[in-house]
Amino acid sequence: MLIFVVRRLLTAIPTLFVIITLSFFLIRVAPGGPFNQERGLSPEVKANLERAYGLDDPLWEQYLRYLGNLLKGDFGPSYNLPDFTVRELFEKGLPVSIQIGTSALILALIVGGTLGVIAALNQNRTADYAVIATAAAGSTIPTFVIAPIIQLVFGLTWTLLPIGGWGGGAFVNKIGPVITLSLPQIAIVARLMRGSMIESLRSHHIRTARALGLSEWSVVVRHALRGALLPIISYAGPAAAALLTGSIVVETIFAIPGVGRYFVDAALNRDYTLVMGTVVVIAIFTILFNLAVDILYAVVDPRVRYD
Amino acid sequence: MAGGDPILAVRDLRVRFRTLDGVVEAVKGVNLQVNAGETVAIVGESGSGKSQTMMAAMSLLASNGSATGAVDYRGRNLLELSKRELNRIRGSRISMIFQEPMTSLDPLYSIGSQLMEPIRRHRKLGAKEARAEAIRLLDLVRIPDPQRRFKSYPYELSGGQRQRVMIAMALANNPDILIADEPTTALDVTVQAQILTLLAELQQKLGMAIVFITHDLGIVRRFADRVYVMRAGEVMEEGETEQIFAEPRHSYTKMLLAAEPSGRKEPPPNGFPVILEGRNVEVTFSIGGGFLSGPPMILRAVDKVSLALRQQQTIGIVGESGSGKSTLGRALLRLLPSEGVVWLGVKDISKADREAMRPLRRQLQLVFQDPFGSLSPRMTVGQIVTEGLLVHEPALSRAERDRRAAEALQEVGLDPAMRNRYPHEFSGGQRQRIAIARAMILKPRVVVLDEPTSALDRSVQKQIVELLRNLQSAYELSYLFISHDLAVVRAMADYIIVMRQGRVVEQGLTDDIFDNPREEYTRTLMAAAVDAKRFRLGKLEPVEQRK
Repeated sequence: MLIFVVRRLLTAIPTLFVIITLSFFLIRVAPGGPFNQERGLSPEVKANLERAYGLDDPLWEQYLRYLGNLLKGDFGPSYNLPDFTVRELFEKGLPVSIQIGTSALILALIVGGTLGVIAALNQNRTADYAVIATAAAGSTIPTFVIAPIIQLVFGLTWTLLPIGGWGGGAFVNKIGPVITLSLPQIAIVARLMRGSMIESLRSHHIRTARALGLSEWSVVVRHALRGALLPIISYAGPAAAALLTGSIVVETIFAIPGVGRYFVDAALNRDYTLVMGTVVVIAIFTILFNLAVDILYAVVDPRVRYD
Repeated sequence: MAGGDPILAVRDLRVRFRTLDGVVEAVKGVNLQVNAGETVAIVGESGSGKSQTMMAAMSLLASNGSATGAVDYRGRNLLELSKRELNRIRGSRISMIFQEPMTSLDPLYSIGSQLMEPIRRHRKLGAKEARAEAIRLLDLVRIPDPQRRFKSYPYELSGGQRQRVMIAMALANNPDILIADEPTTALDVTVQAQILTLLAELQQKLGMAIVFITHDLGIVRRFADRVYVMRAGEVMEEGETEQIFAEPRHSYTKMLLAAEPSGRKEPPPNGFPVILEGRNVEVTFSIGGGFLSGPPMILRAVDKVSLALRQQQTIGIVGESGSGKSTLGRALLRLLPSEGVVWLGVKDISKADREAMRPLRRQLQLVFQDPFGSLSPRMTVGQIVTEGLLVHEPALSRAERDRRAAEALQEVGLDPAMRNRYPHEFSGGQRQRIAIARAMILKPRVVVLDEPTSALDRSVQKQIVELLRNLQSAYELSYLFISHDLAVVRAMADYIIVMRQGRVVEQGLTDDIFDNPREEYTRTLMAAAVDAKRFRLGKLEPVEQRK
């Protein structure tokens, strides 16, 4: 297993390299640059700025320099937020996004998983239909609708929660964003869980367990649920990578200082280094969580062996 | 063994399933009883309701099924018990083993841990005692090295071993009744015999009654004291085994008994030319390997096999699963990359690529085992049957193709009017006829039949065997008949090749192989399959040499 993990981490290096190279050149292919703004800088100022950041060097030189700096952990300065380096931005914002994302993911797995199991055990009965209907609603209502509703109801009408802001990471400030972020995930997990649980309950070894007179708990939890978890794990990996790197909608509406908005802002402003930083962070998260999925698979299913 | 009071009495049992087409009654008022210590067989073809009868007794029906009537076990109606009360009887007093040894164990837990579950549940033993008991049971069902196997996972065990573990689980609490639902159907013949022997021995040792659900009359004859014959949800006939076999009263029972494949195939006259020949055919698969993981493992599925198929000859290729018999068939048809030389007539086709093979394909047809998976569910039967014509006779008009489809269907004994229907509307036997029509419409010279009858009931099998025989003599066809079912092979083939682990163990004329097998392996195979009467109550007697 250890060898497998090491091997996977080693193969991650060329993967990252390809991703970095592709995005480095792609973002530069896009028209415009970090200093082409609406108001327009005088050509001299712009040239000075570009010289200061080395943007007038040949592209391959910029590329090699970026790679070299990256190896030292230096993501470069942000062009549009000139007081910060990209690294500082992530050091500040990433913990916020990770907290919100992790909480939302855990909530989604617990609530969605439970709802899915309940639906499966009551297949084609009222409880099942209720879960399916809720899940359908949950995945169709967009977060930019849910978030203002939560703000309106809990923030303004009942004044139970703050309308927005981070509040230094106070618990009440996290409730709104976490719920908003997790609702669609709950819906997805519930539907996935229901399907895989129904299939699992139909399998032959469940029939065996019942024929042996095992308790309903043992049949459902020990035998059916464990096998049914595999598709959930597959889903949770990439979902975690997406949730933990922040959501622009939730962070913007609730005014949370996470990293979710960087990607869009940076791409729109041609903030090359910030785009690259975001790409690297998302890529690393994706690789790590996919590795985690594979490890969990082996933990749950003894047939999966990596050697 | 028979005697004593009935411990299980099924009275007027009806099983209904709610389906999209309305309510289907699968069991229609069945009465049967099981006495202490005896072996009762419930025989019938697929759809006869034999499994559902016992599933209902155990409350294991699918969620759309329901049962009425009574199943009395020692004076209590199992159908009326609460789940809790029922779970005190299931797995403890009455237990069950199933047809699918590969999937009946939970793949995620070690067999030891699964075996301990019913022990702990019903006997309230501590973990340590349960573990000792589990190991004792593994030993009882003759799993070698039970201490070590205790920690194995199902995927590390063969089908036969898994079925042994299932038996151990079922017998863990010394039940009164063991219900065995086709317990050996999915296993190779030699393994079948071992499992049956084991069951018989355990019955003698432990004294439980066995309810044997099967379609295999050979097993019934070897094994059962009494027989119930079921058809379409009803018991047609019941009685002592000897009497049912000696003088069946009901016409359905007579038909079942007569459905054993019979007849012989004469070898083709000497002058008939060789149509398909393979010399030193070798197929290897590489497993694993790749970036950073070292060289792949090489599996030799077919190891230097040679054969020559003459016009109007049928070569039977027999062997257990994994012996390479299907792979050999596909290699000869050039559907798999292989080493060695293959001639079609005088043409060396071993180096022919896909394009070069295409015009030759019509001479080489293939019929598969699975009549459900091998027909596209979204095409009409007419389209399925004539698909090959689109390639090989593209000039045919639509009307002409349609006429050919009708002809081909008629030839395999189907109503030509059925050609606009879809495969799901047909039974297994009918589908196999469609598959045969699809091959025959191209007027091939060689047909590889890969277990064409294995998924079918005996009575249907017999009809398919007849059909294949008639087609062979009408069109001078050559068959490569791949099967693990020796009774059918004997009726179909004039020459036999016995394969094991990719190699030819023995080959020769059918009668020689069956009557005078030289190799030990062939003898085991024959003993397990053919000599039905010779073993009863677990005594697998040595096969005497027949003249």
